[in-house]
Amino acid sequence: MAEPGMAQSATALPEEVRAAIDALRPGYPTTEALLLPALHLAQEHWDGWLPDEAILAVAEELELPPARVYGVVTFYDLYHQRPVGRHRIRVCSNLSCALRGAGEILETLRRELGVDEDEVTPDGRCSYVHFECLGACEQAPMMMVDGEYHGPLTPDSARRIVEELD
Amino acid sequence: MAYEPILTRNVGKPEVLTVAGYRAAGGYAALAKAVGMEPGEVTEEVKTSGLRGRGGAGFPAGLKWGFIPRTDKPKYLVCNADESEPGTFKDRVLMENDPHQLIEGCAICCYAVGANTCYIYIRGEYVEPADILERAIRDAYEAGVLGDNMLGSGFKLDMRIHRGAGAYICGEETGMLESLEGRRGQPRVKPPFPAVVGAFGCPTVINNVETLCNVPHIIERGGDWFRAIGTDERNTGPKLYCVSGHVARPGVYEFPIGATLDDVLGSAGGMLEGRQLKAFIPGGASAPILAAEHRGVPMDFDSMAGVGSMLGSAAVIVMDDTTCLVRSVSRLAKFFQHESCGQCTPCREGTNWAAMVLARLEAGQGTTADRELILRMTNNMSGTALCPLADAAVGPLRSLASSFPDEIEAHLGGDGCPYPVRRYFSGEAG
Ligand SMILES: Cc1cc2nc3c(=O)[nH]c(=O)nc-3n(C[C@H](O)[C@H](O)[C@H](O)COP(=O)(O)O)c2cc1C
Ligand code: SF4
Ligand code: FES
Repeated sequence: MAEPGMAQSATALPEEVRAAIDALRPGYPTTEALLLPALHLAQEHWDGWLPDEAILAVAEELELPPARVYGVVTFYDLYHQRPVGRHRIRVCSNLSCALRGAGEILETLRRELGVDEDEVTPDGRCSYVHFECLGACEQAPMMMVDGEYHGPLTPDSARRIVEELD
Repeated sequence: MAYEPILTRNVGKPEVLTVAGYRAAGGYAALAKAVGMEPGEVTEEVKTSGLRGRGGAGFPAGLKWGFIPRTDKPKYLVCNADESEPGTFKDRVLMENDPHQLIEGCAICCYAVGANTCYIYIRGEYVEPADILERAIRDAYEAGVLGDNMLGSGFKLDMRIHRGAGAYICGEETGMLESLEGRRGQPRVKPPFPAVVGAFGCPTVINNVETLCNVPHIIERGGDWFRAIGTDERNTGPKLYCVSGHVARPGVYEFPIGATLDDVLGSAGGMLEGRQLKAFIPGGASAPILAAEHRGVPMDFDSMAGVGSMLGSAAVIVMDDTTCLVRSVSRLAKFFQHESCGQCTPCREGTNWAAMVLARLEAGQGTTADRELILRMTNNMSGTALCPLADAAVGPLRSLASSFPDEIEAHLGGDGCPYPVRRYFSGEAG
């Protein structure tokens, strides 16, 4: 029987994820410091979220107790434990964007996509959430689609951007 | 004479994204000069300049470098590119437009303190800036600026980007170290200070992106030159102001430190048409809100403290006469509630309570006792927690209750918010 607290998954990390982690090893004096980069890499591989098998595989790879890895995953806003859309939209709703109409942008997305925040559209295409300041307040109101920033938005331009996602 | 931008002089010139282009614009001359100096002399020059940290706290940079002990232990520089203070976007502009200026500043700092490794901790949302920086770092390795033999000096410097994963508290320096080491970003007890026990248990300097971008200019043109810029001997050098909110042209504007709100409004095209200034936040979400009457006060460290606010990250959020301050502070209260790391009771509970009381006020369910309640809560949260986040959360709350009591009063009628801009805010923020 496995020791309590040790990973019991049979899933290993896919070879390319493991190779990418290995490439980072010389950059850090401890293995533990690879945890955030490793989770980013794993999440990319698992379609934008971290199912239990991904978390356990990362724990095993870095020889960390799974509880430690879960603790980190739940602490940070960019790691997800539920499926997300193929395109992930983050609408800034902090003060500078709110002053310029962030609320309307969120309402537009809700109407356009027909789902609530954190839900995935039935075709798997999109999910959206409101987010804290994204560091682009000169573009307010703005949102982030996958890695890209868009702003200043109007309800119309936000609708167009979402429509054009494949 | 018109002010010549220093930090943003290369903004909008894509040729400086390569080492060759940056060199053609005069770049890496300061690093070449620095490696010809004794490390201690470099630190002295930065001390002379009077440069104070641009990340929020305003701690003198040269003094901080001087705390690094001369031991054989490895030493680190961690560049703080977490930039998550609401209203702040200057570091992004610096990294996207002039990545080599930052690399050069980091390299000079590393040489001065004897750090052979530099991590740039960049917030995870900054995907494009990280890509630009990554390419610039690769180019710098190929050009011999970074690597085993920095500019032929024999000094070894490794530089890497470390991506955050979405947590404001990782901008706090010890939260950042925890995060870099692969843990939850929960701030550490100080002392020991990072200069003695920092990253991986070793002496570590932590400086903000803008702070480090000043360094090449100080080395090239001298600490005395730098010191002559700004309000006075304690507030020196150029400063980037991030202007957002109800202005015609939001953006980053560079001034000698100590620009007034009217100065930056002048650059930003003034208020949106037909609107009047009501209030402004001079230094990001953590800074107490100032009324319009303070528009002529220099926005530097000491002058802002003098009127009960702070320069912070110089994120200037401008609010016009249609703005509901209860709603604005309520939004900021939700931010702090979300971002408290939860270690300390006064912060964890206080930010929760504050968000609840503000939401109640916003919905027209407040009572005449709420103003007192807010003030009492802020007293319980001040100076009682481990890191400055709790004090930061207090800033906007206390200024609402003490400087804008009429705003609270106006919400007690039962109908809730009397302002017309409800739809601008997300109903679910938080
Ligand atoms: C809650 C909190 C968040 C912070 N966020 C940032 C940040 O995003 N960027 C930054 O440079 N400093 C931030 N700081 C300040 C850092 O703790 C630290 O003082 C700074 O990085 C030191 O660099 P400097 O002296 O060059 O300003 C934050 C502090 C606190 C308490
Ligand atoms: S003050 Fe708040 S954010 Fe800072 S350590 Fe305590 S609980 Fe965490
Ligand atoms: S408040 Fe929206 S990007 Fe800063």
